[in-house]
Amino acid sequence: MKWDEFFVTGEPMIYAAMVSIVLVSVAIVGSLTYFKKWGYLWRNWLTTVDHKKIGVMYIIAALLMLFRGGVDALLMRAQTAVPENGLLDGQHYNEIFTTHGIIMILFMAMPFIIGLMNVVIPLQIGARDVAFPRLNAVSFWLFFFGAMLLNLSFVIGGSPDAGWSAYFPLASTEFSPTVGNNYYSLSLQIAGIGTLMTGINFLVTILKMRAPGMTLMKMPMFTWSILITSVIIIFAFPVLTVALALMMLDRQFGTQFFAMQNGGMDMLWANLFWVWGHPEVYIVILPAFGIYSEIISTFARKNLYGYKSMVVSMVAISLLSFLVWVHHFYTMGHGVMVNSVFSITTMAIAVPTGVKIFNWLFTLRKGKISFTSPMLYALAFIPIFTIGGVTGVMLAMASADYQYHNTMFLVAHFHYVLIPGTVFAVIAGYHYWFPKVFGFRLNEKLAKWAFWFIAISFNVTFFPLFILGLNGMTRRMYTYSASTGYGPLNMLSMVGAVGLTIGFLLLVYNIYWSTRYAKRDTTGDPWDGRSLEWSTPSPVPEYNFAKTPVVTKLDAFWFSKKENTSLTEGEYEPIHMPNNNGQPFIMGVAFFFFGFFMVFSWWIPAIIAGLVVLGAMAYRTFEKDHGHHIPVDEIERTEKALRGEQS
Amino acid sequence: MKAKWFLLSIFFTLSLILSGCDNSLLVFDPKGPQAKTLSDTIIFSIIMMAGILLVVYILFTFMLVKYRASKMDDSYEPPHEEGSKWLEITWTIIPIIIVIVLSVVTVRTTSEVESKPVAYANDKPLVIYASSSNWKWHFSYPEEGIETVNYVNIPEDRPVEFRLYSFGPITSFWIPQLAGQKYAMSDMVTKINLAAEIPGSYIGKNSNFNGKDFAHMEFETQVMTEKDYEKWVEEVKETAPALTESEFDELIEPSVLGRKTYSSTHLEFSPAPEGEHAGHHHGNSDEETDSSHHMDMDMEDHK
Repeated sequence: MKWDEFFVTGEPMIYAAMVSIVLVSVAIVGSLTYFKKWGYLWRNWLTTVDHKKIGVMYIIAALLMLFRGGVDALLMRAQTAVPENGLLDGQHYNEIFTTHGIIMILFMAMPFIIGLMNVVIPLQIGARDVAFPRLNAVSFWLFFFGAMLLNLSFVIGGSPDAGWSAYFPLASTEFSPTVGNNYYSLSLQIAGIGTLMTGINFLVTILKMRAPGMTLMKMPMFTWSILITSVIIIFAFPVLTVALALMMLDRQFGTQFFAMQNGGMDMLWANLFWVWGHPEVYIVILPAFGIYSEIISTFARKNLYGYKSMVVSMVAISLLSFLVWVHHFYTMGHGVMVNSVFSITTMAIAVPTGVKIFNWLFTLRKGKISFTSPMLYALAFIPIFTIGGVTGVMLAMASADYQYHNTMFLVAHFHYVLIPGTVFAVIAGYHYWFPKVFGFRLNEKLAKWAFWFIAISFNVTFFPLFILGLNGMTRRMYTYSASTGYGPLNMLSMVGAVGLTIGFLLLVYNIYWSTRYAKRDTTGDPWDGRSLEWSTPSPVPEYNFAKTPVVTKLDAFWFSKKENTSLTEGEYEPIHMPNNNGQPFIMGVAFFFFGFFMVFSWWIPAIIAGLVVLGAMAYRTFEKDHGHHIPVDEIERTEKALRGEQS
Repeated sequence: MKAKWFLLSIFFTLSLILSGCDNSLLVFDPKGPQAKTLSDTIIFSIIMMAGILLVVYILFTFMLVKYRASKMDDSYEPPHEEGSKWLEITWTIIPIIIVIVLSVVTVRTTSEVESKPVAYANDKPLVIYASSSNWKWHFSYPEEGIETVNYVNIPEDRPVEFRLYSFGPITSFWIPQLAGQKYAMSDMVTKINLAAEIPGSYIGKNSNFNGKDFAHMEFETQVMTEKDYEKWVEEVKETAPALTESEFDELIEPSVLGRKTYSSTHLEFSPAPEGEHAGHHHGNSDEETDSSHHMDMDMEDHK
């Protein structure tokens, strides 16, 4: 292989990206060395098994990926803003919408949610960490290096270019000869294994580690949503693992699972992909529902309306999520019978979702609503998401879908579901739980400016796409002629995209501003919260709870404040905590190199890297690490310092 | 006020879309019975959905206006409410009824657009094979013995059966003003039934991404009077060259092409993947092996 095939060449934007990657890397390495922070980085972050720090790292990575995916989106909107635009050629546009999809779903939405659940779940259930802290670190590093591997494709070897759904035979070596789709199969595989382990970890954590007295029906709604999400992950992700393995075999080892000849079936890939892919959308939406439930109830100062029906509807959604995948290809030509069955199962999802919307509305009734920044996102979610929901029902009708399929109408629909659903939720959750992790609130004024920019621009960006779709504009077109009349609405959409960018920049600027100037919160409970996480001091000490809380009802912390009772009893006892360890990080690095060498079919180095991975696992198997105990006097000292004048 | 703003924008856009019936948006400007059915179905569902949106928006606005903290007494403490059995049952049952209504409409219209247009049930359909290769469409008229590239002429008021397949990645055949779309795949043949009732030129396209020049994969559908159509077929037979195997092999290489016309079809040397040529033979060869047969069976069930 020649060097000019190895590096992506001939494109000024990519050269700029290469230069900036090198410069940023040099700057990071340089400043770490100059400020002598290597040890700090290794001891406090790279080797950590603390669920809060892992959560923070997930969220930082997600924000970086949001930036990358957002730039992709801006380029796409800029390219299609005017007819016959020459900003990007077809190939680059194809790579950009492909990576936009992959990154936003798998490397932005997923890690943002997993980050929030890492930070919050153990705190909400009164636990000191997750069930398998070391496995949690492995999950993170596999996700992180999977994401890095995919991003590397941008400058080395070429990005995947067959759409985020990578339909065969388009994604086969015959029609996608670059290594782009090798990156796809391997980076998603590595990150996917991490996600699967997260699912197992949180299922066990929630089932086994709840505080005494917290029965399932006394769990906060966010915890419920993560319990159900974990179950979906455990059932859905193995399908992706298998599909990606078959894809790798087809592309690199000459098998014919999805080939056009020798009995291969192209639509088998589409089926496998969506058997995972549809539950996947519920993996990113159910936690969002959980976050909104927490926030709406907190800022309406009322308990959640219809708790039981909220739980039942989430369970119903999770079951139905596995029964609807065919609606992604009604147009494949199965008969009326098949399409009708899947139309009905798909529309049925609207019923439990509707129940949730009405329960949220009735949580507001008789409440005392304060419009904080997290609440603004939660409130905006209801009207905007409902548009996404009802257009989803329209798309579910198989006959009508023959006119919407693959058009901008569909694109508008899933952005109307995913952005107010997932993205607003993770931003709301990020504002809401930020003071818990860092001990100060983000500036409300800046946060509200960001909110209004984001909420209004979102509609300006995506509403025109519904109309474009009904006018026959298909998705994934890199250009169109002026005679189609698609120009003006695409330009409007571009204007919205600029507004969204301003909103997100304000969001990031707020981190800088608040870190420097925001007032520190000494109460640990800045929002007057209801669940256990607010009973801890902020920032939360390593061990979370000095004494394990005892729960007697839902919203236990709220009632303990009201009735002026204590959630804990007894004396301090030494706390057993897991030790930090570098093995997950090293294993992640090894996985990264394994993936990279596999992408280029460099077998010998790949085998060596694979052996390092196996070696890291073997090391763990024989390792004797029983963790450590935090002595009572250290707990007392920490608590005193954190609670300050309070105690 | 945010909610009002949304309400207005929705109302405005809805009226825009609905008024589009007689002038603009392609999907609402049908030129044949199948597309008409779909347009009606879509408008019906939009009206239903607008009703749901209205209910949610009214409740939402009401809650926000009435229960904001700034309007409340400082001492007001919201009550503890577990929920209400009857209210919760209500907002479960009503959506179920809506879903049932929509399901009935869906099943009925799906079966309608999958079969031959009702008004032409007794007419013999014109069969056209539409096959895709990167990035063009090939139209073969087996009975007439002619073939075109990137344009298709059909007579008005006669059922047309498009049989779709692909020489490469999956594509989706779509003439928005005449019928809904369907995939064309390399290992089976799928079908679209349609009829056109108004002569004119309608855009057709591939809607399923298939690589670099996907955006240019469009074709013109010309609906002609029966007489003009016959005349065109005769003309092609007399003047166009025959399609040779080597020329066809060149045609299906990846490229963007203009229009071509031939006086023979590629089906003679490169048959469509149906019947014995289908991609999948499950078990013994007596079994039904191609999807178009499966589809026919499904349709029989629904007649």
